[in-house]
Amino acid sequence: MVWDWSYALSILPILAQASIVTIQATLLGFVLAATLGLLLAILRTSPLPIIAVPTGLVVEFIRSTPLLIQIFFLYFVFPEFGVTLDAFVAGVIALGVHYATYCSEVYRAGLEGVPRGQWEASTALNLSPFHTFRDVIIPQAIPPVIPALGNYFVALFKETPLLSAIAVMELMQRAKILGSQTFRYIEPITIAGAFFLVMSLIAAALIRYVERRIALRGIRP
Amino acid sequence: MAQRLLLVSTIMAFLAGLAIASFAGFREFLPGLLQGALITVEITVAGAVLALVCAVIAALAKLYGPAPVRWLAITYIELFRGTSALVQLFWMFFVLPHFGVRLEPLLVAILALGLNIGAYGAEVVRGAIIAVPRGQWEATIALNMSRAAALRRVILPQAFVAMIPPWGNLLIELLKSTSLVSLITIADLTFRAQQMNQTTFRTVEIFIIVLLLYLAISMIITVGMRALEAKAAGAVARGRAH
Repeated sequence: MVWDWSYALSILPILAQASIVTIQATLLGFVLAATLGLLLAILRTSPLPIIAVPTGLVVEFIRSTPLLIQIFFLYFVFPEFGVTLDAFVAGVIALGVHYATYCSEVYRAGLEGVPRGQWEASTALNLSPFHTFRDVIIPQAIPPVIPALGNYFVALFKETPLLSAIAVMELMQRAKILGSQTFRYIEPITIAGAFFLVMSLIAAALIRYVERRIALRGIRP
Repeated sequence: MAQRLLLVSTIMAFLAGLAIASFAGFREFLPGLLQGALITVEITVAGAVLALVCAVIAALAKLYGPAPVRWLAITYIELFRGTSALVQLFWMFFVLPHFGVRLEPLLVAILALGLNIGAYGAEVVRGAIIAVPRGQWEATIALNMSRAAALRRVILPQAFVAMIPPWGNLLIELLKSTSLVSLITIADLTFRAQQMNQTTFRTVEIFIIVLLLYLAISMIITVGMRALEAKAAGAVARGRAH
């Protein structure tokens, strides 16, 4: 028998505890990604090239280099400037910033989808740029792109094992350590894989549900 | 126009990398890192070929296969899209040997990444095939073509053009995910960077070169895919004119 059920059951509580760290990293990372992403999108659609072009360059740069390197970079480089980050914090920041660039593209599509007339109406009503964004543009730009954001939420979730590379005690790191302690890799790594599969299938179903709800609600309230 | 812009920025990025390398006196790092970059490129190319093959087979199986084949394709796609690439890599590296399958790390890397991107690619291929207008199928029926001939000569060539841009994105994803192979002891670009970092502690310089190298490779992919897209679109347009 290759698969040992009693061993699998005995490591389950340890892995469940580690999966909490995975979920924390996912949630915190996505909050950062969603807020920073919106900011990047607004900067990138700015009419001033001096703001829009550098933002675009930064976004493209982060998007086309590997997350793993960015994690290492944050973790190893910050101490050189006197800021020692906890591995977990460095990992969450790297995840959040990396996915912020993806989210910014999604938001940009949403912002560009808002009809020009809405901008013109805001100008006609003498709304300040802040109020135009907060009260007119963003409420219309975000609902249509929620499913796309959801996809990146799942993608971010699946990237959290990378944090194991800087020794964050998340699910994958735990599974690997358990494997190296007992030389039984089959159970811990398979359980970790099953956890990711189940969670992302659930998340995908939720996204489809939200997508349907938005489609049902019509374009705008 | 956009293509030229990209080409220029690729060259600029590369020159910037070289300039930084020679100015700051870490010329010592570049040769070792370039060796690592070669492994990264090898894995990317081999993974891309495997991914393309898997994607086309899985997409056709999911669209036109009999029920059991279709279910197999769906299982493959959901399994590889639903779990993390690193978990898949570790699973093949650590778990497969327990079942008596002992593979070279490099082969594990290519297999895991190729199958992973192939699963995403399958949905791209499927989407592109579905997007071919219905009239094209009807026309092949009117011309009394067999389904296989219709697919090969009418549907796939048109779908091919539509799937180039998303494949470009996937190839960049593949390139980025090759950095994971450093965690299963393959001496790719990331691995070399880590190693140099541990011996010299010149973190900022090393990782900036590494980031620029990845950027340069991904820009080459972008430019190449743009060129392929222009060429394929032209070929299909000429085919229509005949």
